[in-house]
Amino acid sequence: MSEIVKRALEGDELVTSKILTKIEYMTPDGLEYLDELSARAGKAHTIGITGIPGAGKSSLISGLISQYSKRGLKVGVIMIDPSSPISSGSFMGNRIRMQDKTMLKNVFIRSIASRGHLGGVSSEAIMLIEAMDGLGYDKILVETVGAGQTDTEIMSSVHTIIVTSVPGTGDEIQALKAGIMEIGDIYIVNKADLPDANVVYDAIKFSIDSAEWKDWIPKVIKVSALKGLGIEELVNEIETHLEYLRNTGKFEDKVKERRREMIELIIRKWANDKISKVIKENSSLIYEKNELRKTLDALFSKFKNNIC
Amino acid sequence: MEKRIKVVVSKLGLDGHDRGAKVIARALKDAGMEVVYTGLRQTPEQIVKTAIQEDADIIGVSILSGAHLELVPPLVKLMKDKGLNDVGLIVGGVIPPQDIDKLKEMGVDDIFLPGSSLKEIVDKIKRIAYNKRGIKIE
Ligand SMILES: Nc1nc2c(ncn2[C@@H]2O[C@H](COP(=O)(O)OP(=O)(O)OP(=O)(O)O)[C@@H](O)[C@H]2O)c(=O)[nH]1
Ligand SMILES: [Mg+2]
Repeated sequence: MSEIVKRALEGDELVTSKILTKIEYMTPDGLEYLDELSARAGKAHTIGITGIPGAGKSSLISGLISQYSKRGLKVGVIMIDPSSPISSGSFMGNRIRMQDKTMLKNVFIRSIASRGHLGGVSSEAIMLIEAMDGLGYDKILVETVGAGQTDTEIMSSVHTIIVTSVPGTGDEIQALKAGIMEIGDIYIVNKADLPDANVVYDAIKFSIDSAEWKDWIPKVIKVSALKGLGIEELVNEIETHLEYLRNTGKFEDKVKERRREMIELIIRKWANDKISKVIKENSSLIYEKNELRKTLDALFSKFKNNIC
Repeated sequence: MEKRIKVVVSKLGLDGHDRGAKVIARALKDAGMEVVYTGLRQTPEQIVKTAIQEDADIIGVSILSGAHLELVPPLVKLMKDKGLNDVGLIVGGVIPPQDIDKLKEMGVDDIFLPGSSLKEIVDKIKRIAYNKRGIKIE
């Protein structure tokens, strides 16, 4: 084992953090560390929390951190925020909701920006999940904004998906439209301290009850992350789902699925970088003449040289 | 992919005004940096822990309470104790001119007063990130 990974496993947070950065940026030594950690991974229970902006995902995570930490578990948190397509910068504000948990031992919280690259953030997030798993975190919580391809890719890589809805946003309709009603293992109606929580609850419940399920029937829970209500019930439900995954062999299946996804995304990213490079290097060819067929033929042969 | 500058922006101490900190956080974002905003009333311990876990290149703290001479030394000391020697530290807020050199002697890399232009702040932070960690962005 490399000295660096050894120090991370012994609990050196700064070293852990440096490893995560190298993996995030896919540097050559980052991939070495990921290789080492991946060999140790496969035990963590990974939990995705998704839902519309402002639904209370970060507040929920804060509540879950408390509960898991109380039970003596090691908790890793990965939160993804969008990058600006214009500046590529990102404002990542999720930590605000859980800063009072930062000083807890055995809790490691990391924010990453979606960076807006094709296959970009998903591969980064999944690599970080894999790394944290290898580092011995028991529960890994992943927050994504519930929209688009990125979300789906990441969510298909976690064991338990929690979809967060809130009253007063027409969320029940949105949820149905976005297909988000198909992915959850547990549905949360957060902000249950506000009026109309029951309306959302009933709508989600109805939608679940009127569909057919193979084995796991999604649960709906009313929660107030702000007031700390329903969090214990949520924790119990997450454990029930974990048990179900273990009993059916789906726990291991998910880990395998995550690795397939990770490998696919790494390769895609690599290929994508090659494509960008070839396009850039041959921009004169592209700009100077309007000869589509010739240009494509020339570029294809360059790709083949580049990739093979 | 090239490394982006990651900045942790926090309010150090007990004053409850974070408008300035948010304006700066936003300007840094618009300049292509990845900004982790931690919000109000942070202790040096929380800020340093956040910077460690986020692998921040720069810590930016805003202090409007006037207590900078008390608040900054423990932060600087903790950064050193925890091995954050290559992390830049900038302080923004209402700092009387006579305290600026004191803060710099303590180890603050730069200080921004109300009215500093956002472009100047961005450029200086880029320079600090380059000097301390070799990160280059246009
Ligand atoms: N009334 C009420 N407000 C809540 C509850 N949970 C969260 N909030 C508030 O909702 C707002 C958004 O909460 P976050 O936890 O940041 O939500 P989020 O889904 O992580 O938001 P984004 O990351 O921006 O998408 C904050 O002002 C919270 O204080 C709750 O149970 N009840
Ligand atoms: Mg959030």
